[in-house]
Amino acid sequence: MGREQADSSPKPENTARHPERRSLVRHVGLSLFHSREASIAIAGIVLVIYFQSTAPEFLSIGNIANLSGYAATTAIIAGGEVMVLICGEVDLSVGQVYALSPFVMYYAHEAGVPFVPAIVLGLIPAAIVGLINGLITVALEIPSFITTLGTLFVINGLTLTISGGFPVAPKAGPVVATIFGGNAISQSLWAIAITLIFQFALVKTRWGMHTIATGGNLVGAKEVGVKTGFIKIGNFIICSVLGGLAGTLDCFRIGSIDPLAGGTEIMFMAIASAVIGGTLLTGGSGTIFGALLGAVVLGILKDGFTLSGVSAYTFDMILGGAILVTMLINVHLSRLRAAGGGR
Amino acid sequence: MSEEVLRTEHLSKSFGRVTALRDASIHLAKGEVLGLLGDNGAGKSTLMKILTGFHRPSGGKIYFEGKELELKSASHARSLGIEPVYQDLALINELNVYRNMFLQREIMYGGPLHILNDGAMRERAKEQLKQMGVRIPSVDVEISKLSGGQRQGIAVARSVYANAKLLLLDEPLAAMGVKESSMILDVILRLKEKGDVSVIIVAHNYAQIFDFCDRINLLQNGQITFDQRTENTSVEELTSLVVQEYRAARENVRPPNSK
Repeated sequence: MGREQADSSPKPENTARHPERRSLVRHVGLSLFHSREASIAIAGIVLVIYFQSTAPEFLSIGNIANLSGYAATTAIIAGGEVMVLICGEVDLSVGQVYALSPFVMYYAHEAGVPFVPAIVLGLIPAAIVGLINGLITVALEIPSFITTLGTLFVINGLTLTISGGFPVAPKAGPVVATIFGGNAISQSLWAIAITLIFQFALVKTRWGMHTIATGGNLVGAKEVGVKTGFIKIGNFIICSVLGGLAGTLDCFRIGSIDPLAGGTEIMFMAIASAVIGGTLLTGGSGTIFGALLGAVVLGILKDGFTLSGVSAYTFDMILGGAILVTMLINVHLSRLRAAGGGR
Repeated sequence: MSEEVLRTEHLSKSFGRVTALRDASIHLAKGEVLGLLGDNGAGKSTLMKILTGFHRPSGGKIYFEGKELELKSASHARSLGIEPVYQDLALINELNVYRNMFLQREIMYGGPLHILNDGAMRERAKEQLKQMGVRIPSVDVEISKLSGGQRQGIAVARSVYANAKLLLLDEPLAAMGVKESSMILDVILRLKEKGDVSVIIVAHNYAQIFDFCDRINLLQNGQITFDQRTENTSVEELTSLVVQEYRAARENVRPPNSK
């Protein structure tokens, strides 16, 4: 059950101290079984082999670029979503922030602000949305599902209003575009960097520990003195800013800013990635690295089915079924781990 | 008798028309273990919640380390060294033992990132738990993998590590088997031997804790009706007192402590 995140660092030392050599092999096997990340990675490899056998162009450079660009976007948003989910909350508005940030950046640039500060300016409204989501959820004690459902519509309307509903094209030079996600490699590097940073934050910093405590036992964490409200608001801001960043990176890769881009689809894909990656919707447990793998697996599924020539109508049904099957396997494995694992 | 840590005088508490606590005067010396016994509804938890700063008393006074004080909040009480160990224990299932021990008191490397120093926390948690006689397989396991007795031990060790002067244990043996409860009783014994921390154990099953207390107070119907050093009383005497209460309750149709 994604419980690796809390104690992954001490484990290697422990095994090293184990006197018996033979148990090492068994331990590696067990940790593969215990690690949810490993089972998702295996699922991903199986899918790659399958799609490569049905569509030879699956592993072509063009297709890998296409796939990784999509997976990177989802992974960046999923990373933020994991932080919010671990607090025991959810952010539904992140897909709308994805569209808002690049528009603000675009208008700031049109007004004469250079691109790099304009990108930062674009992320400020994202942070404000996160702050509002957090404040309403924490101070007014409204479930975040409702809070962010409300801001979802508000932000969508706001983006449509300021854009007039028309897409625009960012006029960035090649250097700026390349640095800020202009191609699949650049965007994948962003996704990997963000995953590493937040996985580290989750596992090795006080912020991460308090995030787990807030979602794991809200009352208990408060009794001990953890500032649970502050932690929740902070994670809403992180999630929103990562949503805005993903949208900004995508606009350079795609070459246009669409007020209807992202939306609920990218948000649900991000949540699905997080959950497939081992994050619990009930809070207290999750991994950013798992969410990255979840996003890659979802990307492989989406891309592979398209290449295999599955009709767009049946595609969603198959994708939905695939998500359910993945979840069933994961839940079943978690139960097995809980039953067999008393480590 | 050594210096006094806690004294309450005529504490009372009403919730609207319901009087939960009438007249509770208790006192506790440094290093002393007080067993606070009483039936359900006698006012035990109300008294505890006043001492932890959760409720304000309707009347009466609290002296802590010789000074009269008004407890403003739970964190105020905690800052003075009054550490409650609630029945829910305030442990985080998803975190391992040493991270729970250091929750909100983390040892970190310097710098703005607040990076956790797991090595230091692990060593100190190990040491503290060993000193207190809390036996667990490893400080690296998650709390969810431990028994009720082990969790209780960790919660107590955490409070002691936080420089508790007064430990309030709320029904520490509730829902625990004999084997499980032996460890926490052992922990209390060790605290007693060291004599730095005063303990109030709230319980309704007095037979189990009797031998571990220096003094027994009986709370009946919102009043302290009995205060005796353990060597001057016996389980039998307490039983007869409680039986008297039951008989009186049955004769009065309405139980005396009904709310």
